[in-house]
Amino acid sequence: MAQPAHLAASRNADGILEIRLSGDWLLATPVPPVESVLAELRGAGPPARIEIEAAGLGRWDTALPTALVAIERAAAAAGVPVSDRKLPPGAQRLLRLALAVEERVDARRAPVQRSLVEQVGQASLRVWAEVIDLVSFIGVCAQSLFRMVRGRATYQRSDLLLAIQEAGAESLPIVSLISFLIGMIFAFVGVRQLEQFGAGIYVADLVAVAMVREMAPIMTAIIMAGRTGAAYAAGLGTMKVNEEIDALSSMGVNPIDFLVLPRLVALILMLPLLTLYGSLLGVLGGTTVSLIMLDVSFVQYVAQTADSMGLSSLLGGLFKAFVYGSLVAVAGCQQGMACGDSAMAVGQATTRAVVMGIVLIIVSAALLTVIYITLDI
Amino acid sequence: MSREHAGTGDAHITVSHLTMAYGDFVIQRDLDFSVRRGEVFIVMGGSGCGKTTLLKHMVGLKAPVSGDVLYGGQSFWNATDEEREQAKRRFGVLFQGGALWSSMTLAENVGLPLRLYTGLGDAEVRDVTAYKLALVGLAGFEQYYPSELSGGMKKRAGLARAMALDPEILYFDEPSAGLDPLSARLLDELILELRDSLGTTVVVVSHELASIFTIGDNAVFLDGSAKTQLAVGNPRTLRDSSPDPRVRSFLSRGATDGQATGTGVN
Repeated sequence: MAQPAHLAASRNADGILEIRLSGDWLLATPVPPVESVLAELRGAGPPARIEIEAAGLGRWDTALPTALVAIERAAAAAGVPVSDRKLPPGAQRLLRLALAVEERVDARRAPVQRSLVEQVGQASLRVWAEVIDLVSFIGVCAQSLFRMVRGRATYQRSDLLLAIQEAGAESLPIVSLISFLIGMIFAFVGVRQLEQFGAGIYVADLVAVAMVREMAPIMTAIIMAGRTGAAYAAGLGTMKVNEEIDALSSMGVNPIDFLVLPRLVALILMLPLLTLYGSLLGVLGGTTVSLIMLDVSFVQYVAQTADSMGLSSLLGGLFKAFVYGSLVAVAGCQQGMACGDSAMAVGQATTRAVVMGIVLIIVSAALLTVIYITLDI
Repeated sequence: MSREHAGTGDAHITVSHLTMAYGDFVIQRDLDFSVRRGEVFIVMGGSGCGKTTLLKHMVGLKAPVSGDVLYGGQSFWNATDEEREQAKRRFGVLFQGGALWSSMTLAENVGLPLRLYTGLGDAEVRDVTAYKLALVGLAGFEQYYPSELSGGMKKRAGLARAMALDPEILYFDEPSAGLDPLSARLLDELILELRDSLGTTVVVVSHELASIFTIGDNAVFLDGSAKTQLAVGNPRTLRDSSPDPRVRSFLSRGATDGQATGTGVN
């Protein structure tokens, strides 16, 4: 059973402040505050000296030196000498140790208060800096692609094939599931609305056009941003932390050619293919729903679908997929290569890669739609 | 044992009035020293004084604010990118954690520079790789991934990779950091062995006194608060008779009289 900790401070006739400590000073039990002593020190007419008595002191742990360090620092600031010779020798030594090195005046950081205007300004500057970084990275990637075309880029063909496998074949299950379901959802909505006008068969047009022109490219790109873009950022970021990228550079290997190029090319090649596949699955999903809910035959539905589709829709969708793929790959690789050198930085790079990828997809989707409409594609 | 070997050659690497900074924050200014062919040269100093940063400037990973590094009299930082990439193939770097490429096996790690920069066929690359791994005591580990190895093994594998192209210069970043005393000593012996048998110039970033006195022919002492080099010379000589008390104190583990304290390797 712990004795309650007790602190009594009294000033005697000679102006000496006597501090009597008693009981058990343990972190687990409440200890008395030292505010009264500090107030004496700060107030007018500080004591001539402080003497610490520890006759009744029982067990003690960090609670005791913590309190005493506060007192000694305040006393030192007020120029009052402290005598702690009556403390247990262990506590004295710990106090000496804690007070041996002066607090570094410049080490302590005051929490900086920034006004709202300043915060907004700094955030805008950061966004602008990120845009510049992204654009210059696109330039670096373009140079690298150019070297590849001329056969002067150093990379491993096996890396490219592996990246193609990871971005392409291994993405098929998730792309299948999402595209099929999206096709079904479109068909459901379409059947409900169009049947009211007796135009149920036009569900085929709705599903096909929506999937091929808009939904398949966007949905596939967003899946790839979360799947492959994130993997690029995390993978390259971890290599950065491990100095693996430095090891490449120090060997005279351009890390952009060696690491970024295969990933970039893989995603740029695979996203249009996945989009094509996703469109097909989406139309298949729509067909399934329509055959169940509408009174049409399979042949009728397929014929209607084929009628609704022009080559321009198909190529338009594939071009979108090409643009989205480039953007997702660039965002992932740029964030990975710009990663800081800690484990936390890898997480941040990954998050930013996905967010940036999705933002770029949506913004470019809006731009492309306007361009397509203007050009009447 | 190998001391008679040391320091007879011409200047192999010259660091000339080099100033390094991160943004506006200067790490070290006006570094000026040279490393002779075939010697073991130590870059020493307290933690955070910029030793590793200096190494990054010497191997081309960070560009200096001013000054230059010369290899055999040829400027490194005033050269074209192409020339710099060429120059990089003449040295190997062992990074602090080994920095092995984690997606490749040891054989692929060591074999990559060979496949990139030599015309060797697959079978020859395999033989050279096996030989390099055997040199560092990792024979038989060809098909292991870096994550399957201990810290000391990773460092040795990193050394095998750094040596793959028979470089004229080997850089080591804190070779003994994170190793037990025995492994650290074995690595020191390996460094001396390589220097003696191949005549490689070795630059080691280190603050391990035992290692510094065992392998160092010459050294530069960087100081974090002075932000420049305080001394250049043989580490033992610096310990015993450097005019700068900070250098003597560092090399004798803070004992006031640099002459008296043993470091156990004298």
